[in-house]
Amino acid sequence: MMRALRWLLPHPFLTLLLVVVWTLLQNGISVGMVVFGVILGIVIPIGTAQWWPDRPGKIRVFRMLSYCLLVMWDILVANVQVAWIVLTKSNAAMRPAWVVVPLDLRQPEAITILAGTITLTPGTVSADLSDEGHSLLVHALDAPDPDAVRDDIKHRYERRLKEIFA
Amino acid sequence: MTLAVIGTYAVAFCLVVGAFFALVAAIGLLKLNGSMTRLHAPTKVGTVGIGALLLASMIHSYVYAEGSMHELLIIAFLFVTAPISANFIAKVNIHKRACDMPPSPRQDKTWSTLNVPEADLEIEETGTDQPR
Repeated sequence: MMRALRWLLPHPFLTLLLVVVWTLLQNGISVGMVVFGVILGIVIPIGTAQWWPDRPGKIRVFRMLSYCLLVMWDILVANVQVAWIVLTKSNAAMRPAWVVVPLDLRQPEAITILAGTITLTPGTVSADLSDEGHSLLVHALDAPDPDAVRDDIKHRYERRLKEIFA
Repeated sequence: MTLAVIGTYAVAFCLVVGAFFALVAAIGLLKLNGSMTRLHAPTKVGTVGIGALLLASMIHSYVYAEGSMHELLIIAFLFVTAPISANFIAKVNIHKRACDMPPSPRQDKTWSTLNVPEADLEIEETGTDQPR
């Protein structure tokens, strides 16, 4: 039974995501379209399974949701801060800096989410990963104290991601 | 105050907020002078600017028409793809040495963009992939 389910749904999250995206694309809920979405959600993961050999590890869904809310709030706050910097600070007074963030995370999915979070929150852009994947290169628009930016990223985002992907 | 009036004000507010952040991003693109600092401007429009404009579109459709959820998809796809384009531009800047070079990482040897395989070193030096 479990094996049959595993064969039918190699990636349950992907199936769920495909159904939701399909329903949103239809812009209205009708039984026929949801059924068709479920069919797509089952067929596409099976058809593409050979390009997704590993299943992503388990994540804590509720912590992920609270992480999303935190990131959205940070995006709002940081947007206002950066808009203020752009409008009022002269180019000469700005202190752009490279920040090297040593990574404790090892899962590729977790590092991808961290890098995406850093880029989405204005004022920082994740630029590169070191060749063995032990540190992340971040560019900050205005950082008089690059160490503070590094500690902020480590404590605010990476610690939470470690709990989510634990 | 009917729902339509409140809806209109909400739509107007969202439009103004979105337009403001788009304007700030455009000003930033013009004003900032480094290739890396200039990269920070478009990451702002991608999030709050576009987000507020799409929110306005959603409110408008719910107040005046049947309602539409397409905008959620646009936001989701933007949030997934925007960091990748920013990352690519940053990588090109590092690769072309168009900015201050980053400090070397603590634990590993170098950054992956600068980690050129030996077979490609010649291309890197001559700046062309034509055989000599």
